[in-house]
Amino acid sequence: MSFDDDFDNDLSEFHAIFFEEAGEHLANLETLLLGLDRDHPDSEQLNAIFRAAHSIKGSASTFGFPDMAAVTHDLETLLDRVRKQELMLSERIIDITLVARDVLLDQLAAHQGGEAVLPERVEQVIARIKAIAAGDSLETLAVERPADEKAVVERPEATVVDIASVQKDSSKSVTPMSEQSSIRVSVERVDQLINLVGELVITQSMLAQTAHLGQVSDEPIDYERLQERLQQLERNTRELQESVMSIRMLPVSSVFNRFPRLVRDLAGKLDKQIELRTFGEGTEIDRGVIEKITDPLTHLIRNSVDHGIETVAEREAAGKPAKGVVTLTACHQGGSVVIEIRDDGRGLNRDKLLAKARERGIFVPESPTDQDIWQLIFAPGFSTAETVTDVSGRGVGMDVVRRNIEQLGGRVELQSAAGQGTTISIRLPLTLAIMDGMSVGIGENNYIVPLTTIMESLRPRPEDVKSVAGTGRVVYVRGEYLPLVALHEVFGLTPLSDKPEQGILIIVDTECGRAALFVDELLGQRQVVIKSLESNYRKVPGISAATIMGDGSVSMILDVSEVVRLAKRPPLACAV
Amino acid sequence: MERQQPQDGKPRTGQEFLTFALGAEEYGIDILKVQEIRCYEKVTHIVNAPGFIKGVINLRGIIVPIVDLRMKFALGSAEYTAFTVVIILNISDRVVGVVVDSVSDVIQLDPEEIREAPPLHGDLDTRFIRGLATLNERMVILMDIETLMSSPDMALVADAA
Repeated sequence: MSFDDDFDNDLSEFHAIFFEEAGEHLANLETLLLGLDRDHPDSEQLNAIFRAAHSIKGSASTFGFPDMAAVTHDLETLLDRVRKQELMLSERIIDITLVARDVLLDQLAAHQGGEAVLPERVEQVIARIKAIAAGDSLETLAVERPADEKAVVERPEATVVDIASVQKDSSKSVTPMSEQSSIRVSVERVDQLINLVGELVITQSMLAQTAHLGQVSDEPIDYERLQERLQQLERNTRELQESVMSIRMLPVSSVFNRFPRLVRDLAGKLDKQIELRTFGEGTEIDRGVIEKITDPLTHLIRNSVDHGIETVAEREAAGKPAKGVVTLTACHQGGSVVIEIRDDGRGLNRDKLLAKARERGIFVPESPTDQDIWQLIFAPGFSTAETVTDVSGRGVGMDVVRRNIEQLGGRVELQSAAGQGTTISIRLPLTLAIMDGMSVGIGENNYIVPLTTIMESLRPRPEDVKSVAGTGRVVYVRGEYLPLVALHEVFGLTPLSDKPEQGILIIVDTECGRAALFVDELLGQRQVVIKSLESNYRKVPGISAATIMGDGSVSMILDVSEVVRLAKRPPLACAV
Repeated sequence: MERQQPQDGKPRTGQEFLTFALGAEEYGIDILKVQEIRCYEKVTHIVNAPGFIKGVINLRGIIVPIVDLRMKFALGSAEYTAFTVVIILNISDRVVGVVVDSVSDVIQLDPEEIREAPPLHGDLDTRFIRGLATLNERMVILMDIETLMSSPDMALVADAA
C-alpha cells in the first residue's frame, strides 16, 4: 500500500466533497425511485436514476473507494438495462435498488468514520442485482459465486495500512475522518455578499469623511448629512445581515426527502396503505434547526403512520378510502416557520387517554378540555398503543419531541378529532442566532424573556394575588390560579418593589406548566443576537444565553422553563 | 511601559512576565497568556455567582467574565478608580478578564532568577505560585495564572457536580 500513500493523501482533501456529493446523489436516487410511476415509468426519470448511479460509480473509483464502485457498477448495469427497456421495471427492481442505495449509504458512513459494512451484506446485494440484471429470478445464486469476486468487495482503504487485516471485524482500526462540516454556497450569493461589503466600505469612508471635515474645519458638522449616512449604514447592515443569514438557510426538502421512504417501509411493515403528501419543501430554515428537527419529525411521522392511520379493514369499515393520507406541510408565518403533520386517521381517543392518565397517576384537571387531554400525550412515559411494536409505542417519544422543539425556541400544538385525524403543528424560529425577546427590568438589572414563551403580561389587582402557606404566592388570572414566580427571589436581586400590583406579571407557558413571572417593568420588545455564555464561562441556572444591547452592555436571556423549575425548589443558596 | 534593559550587557533569554499590583503586593504572570489590557468598565452582574466574579462584559461581541483578584485574595480595597485595569487573559481557549489595581511593567527573567516559594497558607496557595523573583529590591510573586483560573474554586469552568 505504501506506493499510493502519497497519492491518497493528495486525494483526501477532495474526500469531503466526494462524501457530500455522493450523499446528494444517493438522496436524489431515493427520491426519484419513490416518485416513479411503476406501470408507466418516465424515460427521463429512468435516465436520471441511471445518471445518479453512474456519477457515484465514477467518483467512487476516482477517489479510491472501490467498495462503493463495485456496488454501483452492477447497479448501473441493471439500471442501464431498465433504461433501455430491456428489462421491465418491477417492484423487485425498485426494492433492490433501494437496498443497494442503503448499502451505499452505510459504506459512505463507514468511510466517514462510521461502522464498517459487513462484506456478506455487500456480496448478497451484488449477487441479487446481478441475478435480476441477468433476468434470472433465482436469487440463491449468491451462494455459488466465484471466489475471486470477493476481492472486489474487500475494502483496500487508504487509512488502513495492512490490507490483510481488513477483514470483517477489523473495522475498528479505521480511523474516523475528521468531521469537517462545510456549506456549499452558490456563487451568486457570495457575489451578493461581496457587493454588500463593498457598499459598507463606501458608507464607512463617507461617514469618516463627514466626521473628519467637522474636526478639521471650523464649519459645524453637517448633521443632516451625517444622519443620512447613518441611515445608509443601517440599511447596509440589515442587508448584509439578511444575506449572511441566508447562507445558513436550507430548504426543508432536505429533511422531507427522507420521509417518503420511511412511510413506504413502515406502511409495508404494518400492512397499511398510506400516501405521503408534502407541500412547501422549498421553505428555508437555518441549517442548525434542520439538523435538530429531523429526529422529532421522524418520530411524529412514525406516530402518524403507526397510531394515526388505521388498517385497510378498519378504514373501510369507517367508510373512509382504503388509502390513508399523511400530509407534511411547511410554510413561513411571520418570523417563524410552521411545519404541520396531518393524518386522516382515527384521531386521539379522549376516553382512552383519560383512562391511561388515571392509571399512570398523571394529574388531570376536573372536567378537562380537549386541549388539556391532548397535552397528556406530551407527559413522560405516556403511550396508549395497546401493543408495543418496533415502530412506536414505548411512550418515550412525545415528551422528548416537545423538549427538543422547545430547546430550539419552538412550540408544538396538537389538534385532533375522533375519526377524522390528528394535526400536529410545530412552530420554529427561522434562525438560532437571533430571536425576539421582551426586555424586562428588575431593580437595576435587565433581562430578556424569549417572546415565544410569553402569553400575555398584566398588572394584577392586589386582591388577585393570594399567598398559599408554604408554597409561595398564586395569582388569579382569567379563572385560573397560576404560581407567582418572583424573578428577584429566584435570582437574589433587589427589586424596585415587592408588591406584584406595583410591577408587571408576565404569563408564560412552559413545559412545567403556566406561571406568572413577576418583574418590575417591561422595557420593550427587541430582536436580540444570541451569544453563548458558556464559551468563556459556565452554565448559569435559569439563564440560557446572553446578548449585547444597543449600548454595548450585556443582558442575560432567561431560560423560562428553568426559572419556573428553580422557583419550585427552595431558593438557591447564594455562593458568596 | 519601558522594556527592562539587560544590566550586565549579555542578552536575556528568559521568559517575559507582565507585572501588576494587587494592594501592596506585586505579581507577575506569563505575558503570553495576556491578550490585552483595558480600563475597567461597567459589568453585567451574573446571578448566583460568587462575589469575586464581577460579571460579564461585551468584548467586541464576545461575552467575557470578569474576576476581581483583589476580592478573591482579599488584597487591598476593591475600589474602582480611573486607574483600575482589567487584564484580558487567553487561557486554554477561554477568554477571562481579571481586575487588578494597576499594571506596572514587562520584565524578563532567566530561570535562575526565579526562586521557589516557601510553603504558604491561605487563599493563594503554592499550587498557584511558580516562584518568587527579586527585581530592583522589589519582590515579584510569579503566579501560575493558568492553573489558578482553571481551578475549581475560581468557579469559572463548569464543575462535575
